[in-house]
Amino acid sequence: MSDFAKIQSSPSGVAGTSHGTRSAARWLLSKIMGGIFVLWAVFTAIFFGLRMIPGDPAQAIMGGPGSQASAEALAAAREQYGLDQPLYVQYFAQLWRLVQGDLGTSYSLKSPVVEVLAELLPPTLILAGLALLVAWAMALVLAVLSTRSGAVGVALGSGLEIISAAVPHFWLASVLIMLFSTMLGWLPPVSTNTPAGLVLPIITLALPLAGFMGQVMRDSMAEAQRSAFALSARARGESETGVLLRHSLRHGALGGIALSGWALGSLLSGAVVVESIFARPGLGRSLLSAVTARDIPLVTGVALFSAAAYVLIMAFSDLAERLVDPRIGRS
Amino acid sequence: MSASEPLLRVKDLDVSFGGNSVVSGISFTVNPGECLALVGESGSGKSVTARSLLGLAGPGSHVRATALDVAGKDARNFSQRSWRSLRGKEVGFILQDALTSLDPLRTVGKEIDDALRLHSSGSGSQRAARVVELLEAVGLDDPLRRASQRSGELSGGMRQRALIASAIALDPLLIIADEPTTALDATIAASVMDLLGDLRRAGSGMLLISHDLATVASVADSIAVMAAGRIVERGTREQVLNSPQHPYTRALLAAAPAGKPRFTKLSPASTHPKPPPLQPEQATVHQGEEDGVVLPVLSARGLIKNFPLSKTENFRAVHNVNFDLLPGQTLGVVGESGSGKTTTARMALGLLRTDAGTVELLGGPWSQVPESARRNRRSSLGAVYQDPLSSFDPRHSAEAILADALSLGATRNPRAHRQQISELLSLVGLAPDMAQRRPATLSGGQRQRLAIARALAPKPKVLICDEPVSALDVSVQAQVLDLLDELQQRLGLSYLFISHDLAVIRHMSDHVLVMRAGEVVESGTTESVFTAPAHEYTRSLLAAAPPSLSSI
Amino acid sequence: MSTHLAKLPRLLAAALLLFFLLAAIAPNLLAPVDPLAIDPAAAFSAPGPGHLLGTDESGRDIYSRIIHGARSSLLIGAAATAIGLGLALVLGTLAGFGGRWLDFGVGRILEVLFALPGLLLALVFIALAGPGVTTTVIAVGLTWAPGYARMIRAQIIALRSSAMVEAATVLGRRRSRILLVHILPNALAPLAVLATLGLGQAILWAASLSFLGLGSPPPAPEWGTMLSAGRTYLSLAWWMTFFPGLAIVLVAAAATVLSRSMKAGGSR
Repeated sequence: MSDFAKIQSSPSGVAGTSHGTRSAARWLLSKIMGGIFVLWAVFTAIFFGLRMIPGDPAQAIMGGPGSQASAEALAAAREQYGLDQPLYVQYFAQLWRLVQGDLGTSYSLKSPVVEVLAELLPPTLILAGLALLVAWAMALVLAVLSTRSGAVGVALGSGLEIISAAVPHFWLASVLIMLFSTMLGWLPPVSTNTPAGLVLPIITLALPLAGFMGQVMRDSMAEAQRSAFALSARARGESETGVLLRHSLRHGALGGIALSGWALGSLLSGAVVVESIFARPGLGRSLLSAVTARDIPLVTGVALFSAAAYVLIMAFSDLAERLVDPRIGRS
Repeated sequence: MSASEPLLRVKDLDVSFGGNSVVSGISFTVNPGECLALVGESGSGKSVTARSLLGLAGPGSHVRATALDVAGKDARNFSQRSWRSLRGKEVGFILQDALTSLDPLRTVGKEIDDALRLHSSGSGSQRAARVVELLEAVGLDDPLRRASQRSGELSGGMRQRALIASAIALDPLLIIADEPTTALDATIAASVMDLLGDLRRAGSGMLLISHDLATVASVADSIAVMAAGRIVERGTREQVLNSPQHPYTRALLAAAPAGKPRFTKLSPASTHPKPPPLQPEQATVHQGEEDGVVLPVLSARGLIKNFPLSKTENFRAVHNVNFDLLPGQTLGVVGESGSGKTTTARMALGLLRTDAGTVELLGGPWSQVPESARRNRRSSLGAVYQDPLSSFDPRHSAEAILADALSLGATRNPRAHRQQISELLSLVGLAPDMAQRRPATLSGGQRQRLAIARALAPKPKVLICDEPVSALDVSVQAQVLDLLDELQQRLGLSYLFISHDLAVIRHMSDHVLVMRAGEVVESGTTESVFTAPAHEYTRSLLAAAPPSLSSI
Repeated sequence: MSTHLAKLPRLLAAALLLFFLLAAIAPNLLAPVDPLAIDPAAAFSAPGPGHLLGTDESGRDIYSRIIHGARSSLLIGAAATAIGLGLALVLGTLAGFGGRWLDFGVGRILEVLFALPGLLLALVFIALAGPGVTTTVIAVGLTWAPGYARMIRAQIIALRSSAMVEAATVLGRRRSRILLVHILPNALAPLAVLATLGLGQAILWAASLSFLGLGSPPPAPEWGTMLSAGRTYLSLAWWMTFFPGLAIVLVAAAATVLSRSMKAGGSR
């Protein structure tokens, strides 16, 4: 073997275990540092962004511009939330509280943001988690079906892409309610934690997600089907089903994993719309009312939470890709 | 099935895709223990033929034949199930590019095991033992570990061996190998070819597909030459190589540079349009001759380049390289992948900073001065690449590209340089109506001619050619090499000519550098390096090169 | 498959976009009925001969309101796309050309923007700046900027180390000239595709924000506002939500189909 080939194969992190552990530790450290930076930046951007925009935060605390709160009440609110302090004092005080896990007090709900989040998180997680499962299942089935059936598959694939790109959550939800609640009366238009109450919200969230994921997975699977390794598998006597299950599906799943960050965005934005339409308590609906009331501490809390979720999900999808595909992380 | 019955009997095979005939009326047989080589250039239909024999011609294909007997069975009306029981068991198939022919997401062991699992009933542990046995048989070290690695973790040669292991797992009667060594370095290709030779001697019949007569010459018993979907010539190896009957076979043999002295024409003369009369300014005598001492036009001293792999490790790409390129001559640089040839070329072109050492161009400093000082001297140094298409702006037509090069970047309007553009086009043998075409619509050979025309536009003294013919078919390669020869003689150009192909280097060069792992292991006149190699590595390279066709 | 059949979606998409463009330029040509005319007697009329697509809670004609709403909806979409692409262009070229530190800096900014995926970035921005049409437009532009910026950056970086740039350097071209003649035009060529796709997406997202009650105030005939008003009467008059939503879906789908075929044509 030439020297070049040796050098090429050594940094894979597989050969030497001490080398492997060290690179894994370095990977973990870089992910943690990156995550902390993102959280700090989100917090800082919102803190200074609010101060750059004309308007009195105290006004927001008292219920927004229309509240016509008295000067005394405003002053009291300023003092209570530390808004009379110099800017840098406020910033570092809040940052310090953030480090300790204190996200402040919600203006509109008048209770600690951490408690609000803890209460709102479970219903949203149930909804989003179930929708993600349904979407993956639908995407896999769609991808396999459309890969197996040539021209029909191509039409199905592009149809799915257009649906996921052009049908907004709010319209899908409205149409579903119209069909299954108003006209057929099968399912309730208001979401509860009963199975029937979850069906429409989950479909609303899962359908656009499945459309896009299915289309991306179909593309990677179709590429795998056409590849030289699929040809050599067939030349070994592998059946078409075998090629699909043993080779293409794995490549398709890799395409799906790569969309994890996008999926989180779709689920979170979807949750805002879906929880509002189906009158379902959760993170999304509370975020909307917080935005409407300009409840900055709660908005900051949700933003920080979602940023943390994003960082975490990206790290996991990176890890998953590395496990499925040893080529990554080698260059 | 009796021993005398052929393994493969093909009569009047036609393959078409949606009405377009790709293979028409070809016939051949392969007997047990025999090796037939199917040789042709790209588009000749040789790969489609190979795939048709396994029922894998692909979607939309239409295959017909008066006889198609594979391993003693009439395969004309085979069901998918019958094909599957044939594939891998009776017929082993080896594809060209092992990097993509093994699933990058699965271990090598699993890939080989698939063949066993699909056709035999051995238990898991029996199969696992067989996988290791197979990997050992194809010459992989540490087969137990290799079985648990994925193809991305293996080198090119190891991958190809693993792929062969998966194809021979069930001792098939017939092995079909489609360009099994094309993507490999010469020494590795030679050892893979040896492995295939061993398999054949063990009794398997073999159908070997290749674009290169020289590669198959050492293994094949008989050769069929394909062109445009037909077999134009067929016979024993000796017949085809020594007394070729068909003009296409003769042209193919003539196009191979191996064993052809410098400046002999490789391509039929008729393909070259008559060049325009020489302009006096271009017919100047060689530069740099002062008082009888010949000064080099391009010289390098102690070139070093390292690329950081991590904070602590460096990849030594080029280490202490020296050379002198003399006026009007060609300095060939030969080496396998990773030998530092291209890095050396990039430093000579002033595209890459040297870590240490200097390059001088026409006696003046080159690598040590800033780009701003190099810029107005760049007209004396041109470059030709392996992949010309990517070196053109896709939005510009051929004439716009040449106008830009002629005007030193002042304009892309072809009208200003109408005369010079048509001169350049005819100089490199391109028809005048190519001027309006975009590079993407030109053929591979035409693109390389356009690239040469662009390089010549500023009237350079030195051309650096980095694998200029590696991506081309043999006959097109011959034309481009002839063109480079002709231009050198007419214009007095000096070439730094980089190639992995020993035969091309020998045909083109006056002096040769042999590089390995970033170092020059041997240098000297072409004659001395090729006839009396001093370094062991040069000798192994020469031994690995396919034999010159005339010596068979 | 015949080529005519393959072209059908593209032709349909182009025709749809042209129809809405005409609606935006000359709405009275397509819908002579006043979109603001109140007729309490005809409130909540179902789609039928009198009112093609029904009426809303004040008896205003939905069809007329959709046609007259095309202008502001398309303008909102175009403005948001322009903001998004403009911002992406600045960030992408800075990162692509600005050297290692600028690339690092822009990379971090994009990372932070990506960490607030989907509507979230827009919602946070609206929380800071307050609701309204202008805020919505900026918020939607902001949402799409990081993705576009990353594409532009990747394109520029790939082009910078391309053989084409190397060949121009060997010919003695200045860096500034290479940038202007070779890198920028090739890097920006895909922007037309992005802009087409982006227009549809921006309209869709702006409508989502309007639906949530954060966009333009009623009674202006704007699709998002109509949706937001219709939401209250979802069980009573489904057509109030369905048809304005359908208009948005059609525009977004047409833009997607068109950008897809542009992309396929460009790579050929």
